[in-house]
Amino acid sequence: MLGRGILRGLIETWRNFQGSYYDPERLTTVQYPEEKLPPQENARTIPFLIYDGQDPLAGLRCTACSICAVECPAHCIEIVKDTAKRPDYLGKMQFHPKVFNIDMAVCMECGICAEVCPFDSIKMDRVFELSGDDRRMVLRMSDLAKSNDYFRQIHPTEAAAVDAARAEEQRKAQAKKGASPVPAAS
Amino acid sequence: MNAVDQIFVSTQHWLAGLAPASVRPLVSMLLIIAGLMAAFGTCFALTTVLERKTLGRMQNRFGPNRVGPFGLFQPLADAIKMLTKEDIVPFSADKILHFLAPLALTVPVWLAFAVLPFGRNMSAIELDAGILFFFAIGSASELAVFMAGWSSQNKYSLVGAMRAIAQMISYEVPLVLAGVPVLMAAGSLSLPDIVQAQSGFALGFVPHWNVFTPWGLAGFALFLIAATAESNRCPFDLPEGESELIAGYLTEYSGFKYALFFLGEYLGLFAVTGLAVTLFLGGWQAPAQWLEWLPSWGWFAAKFSALIFLFIWVRATLPRLRLDQLLNFAWKFLVPLALINLFVAAVWWKFPAAMAIRWLLCAGLLAVPYVWLGRHWNGVTPKPRHYGYAE
Repeated sequence: MLGRGILRGLIETWRNFQGSYYDPERLTTVQYPEEKLPPQENARTIPFLIYDGQDPLAGLRCTACSICAVECPAHCIEIVKDTAKRPDYLGKMQFHPKVFNIDMAVCMECGICAEVCPFDSIKMDRVFELSGDDRRMVLRMSDLAKSNDYFRQIHPTEAAAVDAARAEEQRKAQAKKGASPVPAAS
Repeated sequence: MNAVDQIFVSTQHWLAGLAPASVRPLVSMLLIIAGLMAAFGTCFALTTVLERKTLGRMQNRFGPNRVGPFGLFQPLADAIKMLTKEDIVPFSADKILHFLAPLALTVPVWLAFAVLPFGRNMSAIELDAGILFFFAIGSASELAVFMAGWSSQNKYSLVGAMRAIAQMISYEVPLVLAGVPVLMAAGSLSLPDIVQAQSGFALGFVPHWNVFTPWGLAGFALFLIAATAESNRCPFDLPEGESELIAGYLTEYSGFKYALFFLGEYLGLFAVTGLAVTLFLGGWQAPAQWLEWLPSWGWFAAKFSALIFLFIWVRATLPRLRLDQLLNFAWKFLVPLALINLFVAAVWWKFPAAMAIRWLLCAGLLAVPYVWLGRHWNGVTPKPRHYGYAE
């Protein structure tokens, strides 16, 4: 009979209408600024630079190798090498960046830079409230540097793996150092 | 009871009495106009926000809830936004018509409220041919819509206006025809008389409202469908189908003119809803004797709100029709049914008032064509349908 489907539809919308007042299954909206969903571990937004120790700029893992800048599909990373070298966590002398800028207006948050980095220095952040009151979209080294503790906090699994790998490397280097100085000295 | 019932009438009389005798009739009229505009202006503001909230709930989300308690001040924010927007007139538009169209829509719509009885002794003017006046004024909105579409010099506007004309003229016919049995029953064209004719109770508890007769029920349904189409609401909102025509005849309007169109549309809906209440739901009459202590305007407002809710509910439920379906539906289904309904109403009044037999006969006379037309009005016999999403 004509109109049966209409009546069924009306009943359906009525169920939604009254159900939305008491059934949390029906009203799943999260009212964002007041309520927030718990963040997910594998979420990623813009990249950031990890530093070890206390001083953000002195402890940067980045060696200014520019692999990320070359691989970046959007060419949003700008790196200028510093002239002086500093020892890294293995005791090797390495260059460090003097300028490390990421143009947030261009970055498409693909995560390729984090994948290609051989020094576990650039990782993907989880911040998403990036709106500001000015148009400065270029993040400088000081804005990008974040501690390893922060990395452990936002991506615990990945951070644990990175820490373990680095500790292993450090142990090997230490063992090598302990063994090799003898022939080197002789 | 009487004091509360007549509070608006007596206040208006008292205020008009303060004016000098020479301008008293004018002041009296202005007071009524101001009252109507204030009441239905507020109603418009409230409806916009409540409609959005209800739609939201029916789609399992909160509606607007940011401005004020429960988002009730949303219309204020909307009004400020509308008023501060740039008023753009297209370069090649017919500037005069483009300016006049929103006014031409809004003014007649306000006039339609003049004849509606909102309560006992509460109609602005008691015209002997009130319903004729109402329909005559109501059809003026078609002109305004076409003015808007034509003057915008925009193909979407023009197509929207064309659709609006086709739709409004088609649905005017079942709208009026659905109301005619009521006129036959009341024997009068005056709306207060029609309300009066529906007073009293059959068997002591069934009110004499037209909707409780077979022809009244059918007429009410036809009237509501035609009213939805007349006021360009979903599922008959083809003239402004956003997904097809951007916004139809509203495409080139912005700022306050757009708000005026909105106002006109909603007021048109209110007016035709008020008429539906008057014609079929007994106007301001209480549904039972022991409920008559509530003021008459309260009953009108209650029925009115219920119908507005129904319109919102339907809007949340149904998708938009196609243009050919829309016109076929009007001419091949609604108009024949409305004519049959006229005949059934005549049978009803010629039959001796032996309730059950008369009721069953008339209901059958309506149900058979309804089922038959429902199967064959489109020229194809429908197969059984499966509503996958509704199950």
